[in-house]
Amino acid sequence: MAAPSVGVLALQGDFREHLAVLRGLGADARPVRRPEELAGVDGLVIPGGESTVMDKLSRAFGMAEPIKAAIADGMPVYGTCAGLIMLADTVRDRIEGQESFGGLDVVVRRNAFGTQLDSFETDLDIPELGDAPLHAVFIRAPIVEELGAKAHSLAELEDGRVVAVEQGNLLGTSFHPEVTGDTRFHEYFLTKLR
Amino acid sequence: MTDSTANTGNDSFGTSRVKRGLAEMLKGGVIMDVVTADQAKIAEDAGAVAVMALERVPADIRAQGGVARMSDPDLIEQIIESVSIPVMAKARIGHFVEAQVLQALKVDYIDESEVLSPADYVNHIDKWDFTVPFVCGATNLGEALRRITEGAAMIRSKGEAGTGDVSEATKHIRTIKGEIAALGAKSADELYVAAKELQAPYDLVVEVARSGRLPVVLFTAGGVATPADAALMMQLGADGVFVGSGIFKSGEPAKRAAAIVRATTFYDDPAAIADASRGLGEAMVGINVADVPAPHRLATRGW
Repeated sequence: MAAPSVGVLALQGDFREHLAVLRGLGADARPVRRPEELAGVDGLVIPGGESTVMDKLSRAFGMAEPIKAAIADGMPVYGTCAGLIMLADTVRDRIEGQESFGGLDVVVRRNAFGTQLDSFETDLDIPELGDAPLHAVFIRAPIVEELGAKAHSLAELEDGRVVAVEQGNLLGTSFHPEVTGDTRFHEYFLTKLR
Repeated sequence: MTDSTANTGNDSFGTSRVKRGLAEMLKGGVIMDVVTADQAKIAEDAGAVAVMALERVPADIRAQGGVARMSDPDLIEQIIESVSIPVMAKARIGHFVEAQVLQALKVDYIDESEVLSPADYVNHIDKWDFTVPFVCGATNLGEALRRITEGAAMIRSKGEAGTGDVSEATKHIRTIKGEIAALGAKSADELYVAAKELQAPYDLVVEVARSGRLPVVLFTAGGVATPADAALMMQLGADGVFVGSGIFKSGEPAKRAAAIVRATTFYDDPAAIADASRGLGEAMVGINVADVPAPHRLATRGW
């Protein structure tokens, strides 16, 4: 069977890190900036970065509607940090006019922990990924404030706040598995493509 | 942390990974100089990935002269209040108390910047002492590695700020990239002398030689004034671009800012850069670096 082709939205952010992790796992990973590039992939990763910038560029270059259509069609999509914001149906603390692709039945708050001084790393227990805790890096990170009926939590902080969610073929994390070297989240995502 | 939103338990704040990580998230983006809250909003609406809060843009510092210092805390707080994207602010080289103040104001990144008047002509700030991350300027690889040794979590090539002349930025990014490539071609026994010549720690030199890149994100700065300038920097291998005077010293800042953002993303697509370059009004007038007398060049500050 051919390696699954995975696009990484490459408008802005740490898309190279995602491409490197996915290629390390044997996927045919490609940067995606144009609608025609999206049409050629089986799944999509939306990287960390600045959600306001990704929103503007995706609308300016005709990517927003094709991505929404792909999500509605059931394409597997994984968003980290800004990517989670882009996948959320409702975004709090967004700037005026900011839109998201939507798809995940959740309410997400941007910059939920505060400024960069409040950015941190910690270990998370994620039963779906095995017994070993996952080391997670939160950078000016969002959190999932409300889970809709269709989505379920994959990971919480010790105080119970939700930082990883799944809904069918959609995955979202507040943190950045692409910068730690732990590939389990990407492996989990790739199982949705096979 | 006293912040009520902070998580409990064994969390680590201000680690290298967290500091360098924010710079990773800024990649492919444009960081814009702003001097008021209104300008910060314009920058955010145009697609800036972060803003640099300062009292005067480099072109005005250059024109007005005098000692340039950290900005007024009220101004920085107004800018932090007005936008949701990261806010950076500048401290003078070696002025660790200005840096302490900026950290207390909760800026997201500190630029220890040659654009301000240096406070110490020998030492830079010990950046490991801070929770907030630092970006520092460099004109060559040795300078970049010394700043990283001192704790910088992001490097920007310096260029010549406030000129609108991109030639020095070109020189510095080419120099850094070229020196990294040259390191990669050296055999293991040559890296000891390379470290000596670069005046940088041996272990860091080996790391760069093996990986073919700096261990932190490399942006470029100083003289970028057009979408094509930004794309030039990206094609030369920058991870992103700082634009200082080039936006708010131009005829139509909001349009120009959005155009530079687009050209930074589609830096390898000439048709997209052409589209972004249309109808932007007057670029900043600028000054040729060759016409700036040596004592007035900012890039020579820092060592």
